[in-house]
Amino acid sequence: MTDAPVTHIPLLSVEELSVEFRTRNGTVFALEDVGFALDKGETIALVGESGSGKSVTAFALLGISDPAAKVTKGRAVFGGLDLLSQPEKVLRELRGRELSMIFQNPRAALNPIRPIGKQIADILLRHGGATGQTAKAKAVEMLAAVRIPDPERRAKAYPFELSGGMCQRVMIAMALACSPALLIADEPTTGLDVTTQAAIMDLIRDLSRERGMATILITHDLGLAAEIADRIVVMHAGHIVETAPTAQLFANPRHPYTRRLIGATPGEGRSLADLTAIPGGLPDLRKAPLPACRYSARCERRAADCEAPLPRLVAAHSLTACHHPLS
Amino acid sequence: MLQLIAQRLTAAVPGVLGVIVVTFLLSRALPGDPAAYFAGPAATPQAIEEIRQKLGLDRPMWEQFIDYIGDLVRGDLGNSLTTGQPVMQELVTRLPASAELTLLALVVAVLVAVPLGVLAAVKQGSWIDHLSRVVTTAGVSLPTFFTGLLLVYVFYYKLGWAPPPLGRLDIYFSPPDHVTGFYLIDSLIARDLELFVAALGQLILPASTLAVFALAPLARMTRASMLAVLSSDFIRTAKAGGLRSHTVVVTYAFRNAVLPVVTTLGMVFSFLLGANVLVEKVFSWPGIGSYAIESLIASDYAPVQGFVMTMALLYVFLNLLIDVLYGVIDPRVGIDA
Ligand SMILES: Nc1ncnc2c1ncn2[C@@H]1O[C@H](COP(=O)(O)OP(=O)(O)O)[C@@H](O)[C@H]1O
Ligand code: SF4
Ligand SMILES: [Mg+2]
Repeated sequence: MTDAPVTHIPLLSVEELSVEFRTRNGTVFALEDVGFALDKGETIALVGESGSGKSVTAFALLGISDPAAKVTKGRAVFGGLDLLSQPEKVLRELRGRELSMIFQNPRAALNPIRPIGKQIADILLRHGGATGQTAKAKAVEMLAAVRIPDPERRAKAYPFELSGGMCQRVMIAMALACSPALLIADEPTTGLDVTTQAAIMDLIRDLSRERGMATILITHDLGLAAEIADRIVVMHAGHIVETAPTAQLFANPRHPYTRRLIGATPGEGRSLADLTAIPGGLPDLRKAPLPACRYSARCERRAADCEAPLPRLVAAHSLTACHHPLS
Repeated sequence: MLQLIAQRLTAAVPGVLGVIVVTFLLSRALPGDPAAYFAGPAATPQAIEEIRQKLGLDRPMWEQFIDYIGDLVRGDLGNSLTTGQPVMQELVTRLPASAELTLLALVVAVLVAVPLGVLAAVKQGSWIDHLSRVVTTAGVSLPTFFTGLLLVYVFYYKLGWAPPPLGRLDIYFSPPDHVTGFYLIDSLIARDLELFVAALGQLILPASTLAVFALAPLARMTRASMLAVLSSDFIRTAKAGGLRSHTVVVTYAFRNAVLPVVTTLGMVFSFLLGANVLVEKVFSWPGIGSYAIESLIASDYAPVQGFVMTMALLYVFLNLLIDVLYGVIDPRVGIDA
């Protein structure tokens, strides 16, 4: 676990990020005042049940949101640059080179009719100043780096000829091809079998460390988050509700939702996929105005003053967005 | 790939047999008595009966069918009652005229419809999207003969930009030496630019008529297919890798979106073969379509049979071509076949 030096600029600092989806059935207030920070080389986990806004956050940072999405507020300063206000042209230079992302469902995330070696080479040619031949060789090198056996031959394979785990390795190879400073891994092991999951997580961890790459692991698997992350950022219904160093969060959860999460996922292989233990569901994000605390309908500690605006988690390493946190 | 071709060819055999049977039956079921027609309006009943015997029309159906098969095997499609020429020979000379027209129309349609559909999908809701909607609606709602007549009226009669709609070449020109049968190509081979321009001039209106007809389904399918692909996961991956929008749209999206477009292309091509019949009539085009329609009116069924057979074979060949194209475009094709 890295303790951040007192005076330094984080690699990424997200503040007040708010995203809405303008849909036919009304506006979805998917993110409100999301804030967190990440140091160089640090690994954080963004956790929360399905639909809490983790993917929306990641897509907004990379500027690859759905066309219906509107960033209505906020900053995301990365290397001195506010990602949210950059034109697409600048973001295209950063994506794949400084900021990379891997997705769940790796087989669907790869172009089905292009050999995987070519797909990696496309990224290298785009950013790396590589030429045809060197890109090809570098692609094979990357396949070897993600521990794909017989990379030379595999480079010519199509995604449908590879297993899901192999496809995820290819995704990682693509994401890391240009040595980005930040990797966002959005549920990288969902849908893979348990052994493959472990292998993929090891790979991500090892490569992140080797390259001093900061990593945001998005997951609904708290156990996985505990194993990998230096810090954990808990999301609920488009809000960040708690941020704390991993050990502290598990030993001493302060937000009622966090405690519920930990309680709901006992032991090894704990997963938030089955969250029957948390009463109620996520609130309907289309019903404005939403309560100041979006957990209040499910919260057993709710009091009259919970309707007051909440303290926001601004680029802090440890904070709780709750009027009556647990001690 | 060869295996795929062999497989598809085998699969086409029952279809071809079906066509043979159907064309045979159909021609016998067509209205009008060919013997009576052939004998002329003043003929006596005996004369008609004689002709019926001469044509073999009095014999049992199955005997006629056996003869028919035997003739087919020998490449003999019978003679036209009206012209007296062998049907095979007429079809062979007329097919290039139809093929040149149809293919040019298809090329024009693809060149317009595909970029239009792609742009409409990429810039959804923009003016180009609206334009594509207008064009596709117009293409669907205008009958081809109407488009043809309209184009003739405007560009020949009113503006005088186009030559008269009277066949493949103005009477002042003689056709180029036969190499491919396509005047555009043969005139270039003969290095006769003037002839090329003349042939092109004759082609423009009928080809545009057919192209307008073919545009709509192609543009619509391109747009729909592109929209579906553009929202898929691997496009997001490509964007996350910072690939240029050109690469994302063309190399990643379009190549994946092209399969349904190719299928539509095949369909459109067979529609065009049908639409040809009317367009050839409007433009006095000496193709197999006008041949068929004239024969049909005259109850001259050997050419009609020959025409339907030609179409059916073209159709089979076309589908084979599309299957092969599929295999070239998509590495997954043939794996699960
Ligand atoms: N394209 C979209 N249109 C409308 N709402 C969306 C869209 N994408 C996501 N959302 C909404 O945003 C919320 C967060 O989604 P997401 O970030 O995918 O959750 P997760 O934490 O599981 O990744 C969900 O409530 C979802 O309904
Ligand atoms: S603010 Fe109130 S309602 Fe919300 S989590 Fe804290 S105690 Fe519960
Ligand atoms: Mg998600």
